[in-house]
Amino acid sequence: MTATLFYILAIVSVVGAIAVIAARNPVYSVLCLVVTFFAIAGQYVLLNAQFLAIVHVIVYAGAILVLFLFVLMMLNLNRESEPLQPTLIKVIAVVSGGMLLLTLVAALRGVDQIPLAGVQDTQLGLVKNLGRLLFTEYVAPFEISSILFLAAMVGAVTIGMRSKSDKREIINHL
Amino acid sequence: MDNTITVTQVIPIEMYVWLSAALFAIGVTGVLVRRNAIVVLMCIELMLNAVNLLLAAFSTYLSDASGQIMVFFIMVVAAAEASVGLALLVMIYRNTKSVDISFLNKLKW
Repeated sequence: MTATLFYILAIVSVVGAIAVIAARNPVYSVLCLVVTFFAIAGQYVLLNAQFLAIVHVIVYAGAILVLFLFVLMMLNLNRESEPLQPTLIKVIAVVSGGMLLLTLVAALRGVDQIPLAGVQDTQLGLVKNLGRLLFTEYVAPFEISSILFLAAMVGAVTIGMRSKSDKREIINHL
Repeated sequence: MDNTITVTQVIPIEMYVWLSAALFAIGVTGVLVRRNAIVVLMCIELMLNAVNLLLAAFSTYLSDASGQIMVFFIMVVAAAEASVGLALLVMIYRNTKSVDISFLNKLKW
């Protein structure tokens, strides 16, 4: 049962990822990415990482991809006629991507030699355990990441804001 | 509870390594194939997720929660990156009326 579930989720995530880069319409790309992310969230559940699964769904499917969809709609890019690379560049890109996969597989071939923990702790991925770690051992990175978020928020607003002359132009235009 | 079959007993760790490698390679291919900057950003998210999946898998297989904390921080950075990147894209679109990355080659060489 668990093995079947793993293979189904793996196939769904890989097919979804291929559909992301194959879909002509960027809106379809975002929707395929949602499918891929839900499959990855399923993998987290299988791995006993329940907290990560929930956070993954909330952050990626709930926040980041909505942001992507919102920008696509705002820029009105949801049409089929989007610029495409020349066929030669496409072929070269796919070949080099395949060669990267080949290299990764060759480099990671000996991974089954890694000594793994014999007994798994099923409580590992629960909020209680992760929260304790996050607020004791990893409290400094946690606080720094809040500063990163503040900087990203201010940066996004500042970059996205129209300049004063821009606004005046629009008002004159009206 | 102890009688349930966990994923670590039936799936070897290599399967997760191959799955993550495949997702990462697809992400790299997407960055090279597409010209729409928003899709390129989405492919970067895909690559980050491939790495996240591998970290979570090793965290479970080695019974060490530090990997899951690292996934959490990668998610934080990915969210910040996506918001700033999309703000930059909106700015670029406002100035050039397109999100085609082949027009944005002033800094290329």
